[in-house]
Amino acid sequence: MMDTFVMRHLPALLIAVPLFAAFLMPIVGNAGRVARNAWVLLGALATSAVGLALAWKVLATGTVLYVFGAAAAHLPLPMDSGGIPIRIVFQVDALSALMVVIASLSSLGITIYSLAAESRQSGLETFYAMLFLLVAGVLGMVSTGDLFNFFVFLEISSLAGAALVAYRVDNGVAVEAGLKYALLSTLGALAVLTAIGILVGQYDALNLATLASRLQFTTLDKIALVLLAVPLAMKCGAVPMHFWTPDAYTTAPSSVTAFLVVSSQASLYGLFRILFTLYGHLLQFSWATFGWFLIVVGVLSMFVGVTMAIPQKDVKRLMAYHAVSQTGYMLLGVGVGLAVLGNADALATYGRTAMAGGLFHIINHAMYKGLLFLTAGAVFYRAGTRNLNKLGGLGHDMPWTMVFFMIGALAIAGVPPFNGFASKLLIYESVFRFSPFLSIVAMIVSILTLASFVKVFHSMFLGPRRAEFAAVREVPAPMLAGMALLAVFVVAAGLAPRPFVDHLIQPAVDALVDRAGYIAAILGGS
Amino acid sequence: MSSRLLLAMPYFTVVVLIVLGLAVMLSKRNLVKILMGLSLMESAVNLFLVATGYRHDGVAPIYTNVPAGPMVLPTVQALTLTSIVIGVATSAMLLSFAMVIYKKYGTTDIQKIKKLKG
Repeated sequence: MMDTFVMRHLPALLIAVPLFAAFLMPIVGNAGRVARNAWVLLGALATSAVGLALAWKVLATGTVLYVFGAAAAHLPLPMDSGGIPIRIVFQVDALSALMVVIASLSSLGITIYSLAAESRQSGLETFYAMLFLLVAGVLGMVSTGDLFNFFVFLEISSLAGAALVAYRVDNGVAVEAGLKYALLSTLGALAVLTAIGILVGQYDALNLATLASRLQFTTLDKIALVLLAVPLAMKCGAVPMHFWTPDAYTTAPSSVTAFLVVSSQASLYGLFRILFTLYGHLLQFSWATFGWFLIVVGVLSMFVGVTMAIPQKDVKRLMAYHAVSQTGYMLLGVGVGLAVLGNADALATYGRTAMAGGLFHIINHAMYKGLLFLTAGAVFYRAGTRNLNKLGGLGHDMPWTMVFFMIGALAIAGVPPFNGFASKLLIYESVFRFSPFLSIVAMIVSILTLASFVKVFHSMFLGPRRAEFAAVREVPAPMLAGMALLAVFVVAAGLAPRPFVDHLIQPAVDALVDRAGYIAAILGGS
Repeated sequence: MSSRLLLAMPYFTVVVLIVLGLAVMLSKRNLVKILMGLSLMESAVNLFLVATGYRHDGVAPIYTNVPAGPMVLPTVQALTLTSIVIGVATSAMLLSFAMVIYKKYGTTDIQKIKKLKG
């Protein structure tokens, strides 16, 4: 009975569990270090378990609806509402499930890692409370079916993210980065809120599916589209609005950086939701235009990101620019899919593959980039510097960190048999049929990425032992465990990508394309 | 003044406030003033939300002793309340960031706060 109760209320628990863990954190923290760590671990395990169970349920039985405060959680239209979903609805389809899986795996890995990595810092209750809030914000963003609810979770994740970026004051540098991040996020969120106001004023609805079914594409709707799409593109770190990423990613504690990547991807999810589900067929005369918009932004991000990364001296800053560059691949893949959405032949032959590649790259990127940031954090934890010119010879004393770094670096460069190769191959072969030039650019960017990471590997781990790092040892077991969790996924999805693509990615692509299905899940009919 | 123009007044105010807020944010060098500009824009968006909810001759949806006439759907008012709460949290955090920066850098001039580069 307990089991069915939990299964029935999974979407609510998805938010309730991390929020509960966050708000009780300061109280539990008073009971001492052991109690605090146990609570953190318990919260992370419970959150991931709920997330994975929900994703499994969605992939097994189809879209899961959850209506908050209703007598029957799966009925979005109450009898007396006149056919309008007046309550907040969580609508978890296969695309949301993919994002929930990413957030669950990543949050578990980084929390285990933080237990050791942050143990020397003060104010840890606040740190973990913020971390759980960030996780709750991201999980909420990707599972809600309500536009205003999306804004609220966007703000929760932005505020918690900014507070975490500034957590290590670091003579004010971290606070400067946090301020930049918070200021831009708030401006972006205000634009989103204005767009919501415009849409509510016209259509009296906040529910995504209801709005999608009523949208007329008036001039005001076009303004709302811009006010929604631009801030979300900024939050996912796409060029030319990427300038906050290197600062925020560099100064945040490494485990937080690994999750900020996931938080950016939640914004990417929001962008895709707006373009495909909310506006979808209203854009049908300009699908190619919007597709090319994503493609151009994606290619720019790829190229600018990697060229900015190469000369960097700070290893985390270098990785942050690579994160911008990798986001470009996702935009490119999904952009090609959007560009050919109106052409059934092209969509079937390569459009879906391109989108699958883009979405597969999202989960792969979250895993290997998270892994890379964690290894950078491990090096900083022991060596005390992130400057590549000062590091060297760490491979002798940190063999496991070196192995994890190699796995992450080869994956980001798209070398087989790691997961980055699996998704990039899908993108290369499908984009080549759309435009050979774009595919070649993508390959060149991969080669540059490899070159850049060979340099990093060489300057961090190779060479003779250095006197100043004589005391360096391997990092504590929890940090290795956190990295191992992500590394196992990187290797598994690289060796056997087929089950992941068939059972996780393809349903997500179908969900992204199937706008009518998303609307019908709420309003009924087909 | 005609009633149409009167009904449009809040929207004019919103535009003026947003432009003012943006101008302050872009032109001022003092961090606190920039945050004030942001706050001004927040208020403008809140006013915009409330303005979209106004119905002429509408009645507040409180069921005791209700006069005749159409009731107002209070969604946007609820949104505004939420938005105000979020705005308070944002402002508090941004201002505390500004305080830390003033302590560490000894200035709130954004042209001098530039340790992050590249």
